[in-house]
Amino acid sequence: MKFKFLEHTADVKFQASGKSLEEAFENAFYALKESICGKIKIKPVNSKIIRIKGNDLNSMLYDFLEEFLFLLDSEGFLLSSIQGIKIDEKKFMLSAEVFGDKAKNYKFSNRVKAITYNEMFIKFNPLKKEWVVQVVVDV
Amino acid sequence: MELKKISNVEWEIPMQGKMNVPGRIFASEKLLNNIKKDKTLEQVKNVAMLPGILKASIAMPDAHQGYGFSIGGVAAFDIDKGIISPGGVGYDINCSVRLLKTNLTLADVEKKKKELIHSLFRTIPSGIGDRGKLKLSKNELDEVLANGAQWAVKKGYGKKEDYLHTEDEGKLPDANPLDVSERAKARGMPQLGSLGSGNHFLEIQKVDEIFDEKIAKIFGLEKDAITIMIHCGSRGLGHQVASDYIKLMGNEYGWPEQDRELVNAPINSELGKKYLSAMACAANFAFANKQLITHWIREGLKHYFPKFSAEVVYDICHNIAKFEKHLINGKQKEVLIMRKGATRSFGAGRKEIPLAYREYGQPVIIPGSMGTASYILVGTKKAEEVSFGSTAHGAGRVESRTQAKKELRGEDVKKELEKKGIDVEAGSLSGLAEEAPSAYKDVDEVVRASHEAGIGNLVARLKPIAVMKG
Repeated sequence: MKFKFLEHTADVKFQASGKSLEEAFENAFYALKESICGKIKIKPVNSKIIRIKGNDLNSMLYDFLEEFLFLLDSEGFLLSSIQGIKIDEKKFMLSAEVFGDKAKNYKFSNRVKAITYNEMFIKFNPLKKEWVVQVVVDV
Repeated sequence: MELKKISNVEWEIPMQGKMNVPGRIFASEKLLNNIKKDKTLEQVKNVAMLPGILKASIAMPDAHQGYGFSIGGVAAFDIDKGIISPGGVGYDINCSVRLLKTNLTLADVEKKKKELIHSLFRTIPSGIGDRGKLKLSKNELDEVLANGAQWAVKKGYGKKEDYLHTEDEGKLPDANPLDVSERAKARGMPQLGSLGSGNHFLEIQKVDEIFDEKIAKIFGLEKDAITIMIHCGSRGLGHQVASDYIKLMGNEYGWPEQDRELVNAPINSELGKKYLSAMACAANFAFANKQLITHWIREGLKHYFPKFSAEVVYDICHNIAKFEKHLINGKQKEVLIMRKGATRSFGAGRKEIPLAYREYGQPVIIPGSMGTASYILVGTKKAEEVSFGSTAHGAGRVESRTQAKKELRGEDVKKELEKKGIDVEAGSLSGLAEEAPSAYKDVDEVVRASHEAGIGNLVARLKPIAVMKG
């Protein structure tokens, strides 16, 4: 998994990368998971199919990550892993299967309040031949 | 960035480039040096470029970098020419603080405080799986969104005096639940009546020092009395409202080039009005939330002290937009004020202040970071003149959460606090490290700057004796 956390005074900022846009998004998922759960292991007990439709790449990433805050708050679904991300770069559509567990089986705090557009970027680095995404989450 | 010194606690960013008004920062030199370390000043400048902004783009003594507006940012907008931006309110709509004054003294609780905070921790939901204790129907949730703390009191969770001592009487007007998405409601439904986590907390405190005897007495505060402070907001519902309207406004009006998070809509546009209505709903959710928590505190502590009582001193918003009358070019005019990480600080006489305090000025509650002192201030006429009746809202971070976690372990923070005589109940130890007092600005310095600038005057200091964190 390729992601790293960067310094930010008030919030949490991370960069995730991958050989494809799908892989970069997948790693952003794991960065968000760590922002929420820290190093605690979440069991992949249940699964869900998610479908996202954005207006551009940034809003697709935003909506993708926000979906997990939504699932946590509304259904108590705590994210564990993700498989089979498919992205349509022209229509800004994404689908994937996510695995997770019931939040009530764990005891810790989620400090992540919201995904933000602050300092967000999605770039292809031609030298390293990889995609990099950066996100700041409000905590 | 070039800054003009106005006084020891006031600085100006002169008009330049696309700025419509100057920037103004209320801070001591020491606080200003911290403010300069991140993008706060740039964000103050960005806000100054927004259409219809009046007089100045203002930053409070505890300002630090946010998204869109800085945290600690205040701005007023002309209703006809101005805009409303979710970035001027923040994701945690009506993140706010309520102070309760109990009939207990330090002597009553000193030996029991560990037990008391543990019992509150068990009674009030917080943490990851936190579900509120209420099962609400969709219709009931709409009632909450429309009526705020007044809904809770009507349902038997508290008394009328509670919301009379709350900003806007615990109910922002013009809150139409139809303007809140189903998605936001789905996030809010299970969370009503829970504290949340991050920087939110509940504290048992003692009144440690009185700076203004007369005003303290009016606010019902005396030395060694026990107070309880509740700091929380609108939870996932408010976050989703912000996120929904950022998207809608971006689609309809485009993204501002200086910062995507400053996305906005004209105040008088349909979308602008809908956001204000949805924001009011989220604010009411937060008011109701604290009203429920107040009720459970009362119930919970009655088991220990049969004659226990707790009166609401005041309840104040940190992240909010509202219509208020202010002096613009010599005339009283209704404008839209956005306070993001800032507190209203009205001087004596304003009709918005509860009757009991109106002659003296509005109570201002400034929570410290976990384990440090909190302060009670009183609003001033000067604030109405220079900062649209606003002052600081807390300590403000100086250190990133990742840095704090590298330097400190939760266990150590807990031990350190216990050494100071503060008992802690927390949902997570690493969360505790992130909120360590050393990661925050010196709240003492923040309130000194507010007092010196005359935008909120010192009344009393409260010190925590037990803390509960989500």
